[in-house]
Amino acid sequence: MKSLAELQALRDKMKGNMGIRDEDDASIRVVVGMATCGIAAGARPVLQAFTDEVAKRGLQNVAVGQTGCIGICQYEPVVEVFMPGQEKVTYVKMTAEKAVQVVNDHLVNGNVVTEYTIGANAK
Amino acid sequence: MYRSHVLVCGGTGCTSSGSEQIIKTLEGELEKTGLQNEIKVIKTGCFGLCALGPIMIVYPEGAFYSMVKPEDIPEIVSEHLLKGRIVTRLLYQETVTEDTIKSLNHTDFYKKQKRVALKNCGVIDPENINEYIAYDGYQALGKVLTEMTPEQVIDTIKASGLRGRGGAGFPTGLKWSFAAKNDADQKYVCCNADEGDPGAFMDRSILEGDPNVLIEAMTIAGYAIGASQGYVYVRAEYPIAVKRLQIAIGEAREMGFLGKDIFGSGFDFDLDIRLGAGAFVCGEETALMTSIEGKRGEPRPRPPFPAEKGLFGKPSVLNNVETYANIPQIILNGPEWFSSMGTEKSKGTKVFALGGKINNTGLVEVPMGTTLRTIIEEIGGGIPGGKKFKAAQTGGPSGGCIPAEHMDIEIDYDNLLSIGSMMGSGGLIVMDEDTCMVDIAKFFLEFTVDESCGKCTPCRIGTKRMYEILDKISKGKATMQDIDRLEKLAHYIKDNALCGLGQTAPNPVLSTLHFFRDEYVAHIVEKRCPAGVCKDLLNFYIREDKCKGCTLCARNCPVGAISGNVKEPHIIDRSKCIKCGACIEKCKFGAIEKH
Repeated sequence: MKSLAELQALRDKMKGNMGIRDEDDASIRVVVGMATCGIAAGARPVLQAFTDEVAKRGLQNVAVGQTGCIGICQYEPVVEVFMPGQEKVTYVKMTAEKAVQVVNDHLVNGNVVTEYTIGANAK
Repeated sequence: MYRSHVLVCGGTGCTSSGSEQIIKTLEGELEKTGLQNEIKVIKTGCFGLCALGPIMIVYPEGAFYSMVKPEDIPEIVSEHLLKGRIVTRLLYQETVTEDTIKSLNHTDFYKKQKRVALKNCGVIDPENINEYIAYDGYQALGKVLTEMTPEQVIDTIKASGLRGRGGAGFPTGLKWSFAAKNDADQKYVCCNADEGDPGAFMDRSILEGDPNVLIEAMTIAGYAIGASQGYVYVRAEYPIAVKRLQIAIGEAREMGFLGKDIFGSGFDFDLDIRLGAGAFVCGEETALMTSIEGKRGEPRPRPPFPAEKGLFGKPSVLNNVETYANIPQIILNGPEWFSSMGTEKSKGTKVFALGGKINNTGLVEVPMGTTLRTIIEEIGGGIPGGKKFKAAQTGGPSGGCIPAEHMDIEIDYDNLLSIGSMMGSGGLIVMDEDTCMVDIAKFFLEFTVDESCGKCTPCRIGTKRMYEILDKISKGKATMQDIDRLEKLAHYIKDNALCGLGQTAPNPVLSTLHFFRDEYVAHIVEKRCPAGVCKDLLNFYIREDKCKGCTLCARNCPVGAISGNVKEPHIIDRSKCIKCGACIEKCKFGAIEKH
């Protein structure tokens, strides 16, 4: 270790992997439906895509988790995004590609990807 | 990237309740379900709640599973980790509320705590230096070496008000400044990880849970006093702690936190471990240094103090593990942050090892000045079985007992001294109404008699004589003059023993005599042990009116001292009875009494 800057760079890199253990109420939660229906519809690659993309972008305030069946099995894989102080957003019929877009547009820039939400699909 | 981290406690407490097996089963199950690349299993240090081990936390949910058994693992994996349904049944019940789970930090055990020395324990993987770095590890060392002079470091520690956590409470900054002032070709930094007090285990837990903090702090101390070599004196009975410290030292050397030219500052420092063979006296600073030198661990008179002539006759600094664990955070957060916690003369926090008759056995860290009542009733969860609190013993064999009437005392160095106890290293043994104070005093004296190194007469012979008097009292063979002799001897030893071990050895006797004199008198005058502990003063009786003649007691008596016909009251033959109490435990009708 030759300088403080080198250490700080290393710390920031390592910190990305540890954010998951912070119990901070102010963070964004992404919850993927992982009941039998969700898994059968392909929720696993979606979940993986979310975790990978969040890690790639170093989003420390995002926790990716899973949940059980929400009861709208025909729309699986279902993903819910909880932003502090906002109404939750429910995305349906998700894929790994869509997941990447949701991370970029919604989690990073705050723009809900309306076309993937349940509101757009239920019409 | 993992989507979930499963933290399993790998401290000594949880290891002995089977956490190794939990980890193995967990890893097997994860592989079976194909989750091994999504979920990371981390073996951490102690969470503090040892009574509930093995402990397991799943993030990001923060679900806290307690007393986990290997057969619970498949359910946790298939329900929680695969499908995201927390297995509420297996959670620590206090964290379960109607619609959500409470964060661990909001439970009674944790919410009144303030974790400084234990900050990373149970949070990081102690065998991975990168996790320490992620939580600002080695930032303080970097700051010290690149931005501060040794004088500034010492001034910072002085201003923080940090006092030694090993027992005596000497101001750490002052200690460092003495050693810094003495010029020498070589100086040493030592760490006391000998932790000999029965019941204290915070130093072990810090070594097991966060070994890098010690390396960082000792290197800072080395820079402050001008030492290039450090030694950690740790007892060989702490195999997990030793192993993790070895791993951490290896990693730190590899990353350049130890060795030559650290942070390009031109400062060199290295660290070695010395194993102690578990002699209590080696926790005394001069004996410890003699032992590191490879000689028989015996204390020597002071002065000269170690700051002048310590290890190998060179100026040395010795601090205990918990003291060091505070240093990096004082550097990073500033001395004002540290001194804002605690009382006027005792700053910061203190870790206590809660043991004895208490529900939440484990490690707690609270700001100085927290009352004994808060620690025992709120954090500790009170006394099991609805029994009454009688006294708390602090400071181990060097400390004293705090009776119920002092429960609202604010715990700090000076308050404890004023009531005849001492902080010690922070062992806190809770005693209920079934504890005999004469017996407790005898227990601690027996320990000091065993551990006395024999170098000075007051300790070698004096403690033995005290033990003999206590033994007489507990057998009902003493007279009232014996109490006077006991007190006189106690004061004599206090004033004349060579080292801290002897000087403090009479404390358990003096404090129990002060607060519980009536119990001593009951043993001597009435030949009665009020708590029903001292066997020689007890007799066992079967009450005829309550005995149903079920024969259970007779069948369980190991010496065949109970006789009687079925459905008729039984009788105990007192010439055969060894007073083991097995019959009382077995009797379903409460027919057997001892008094």
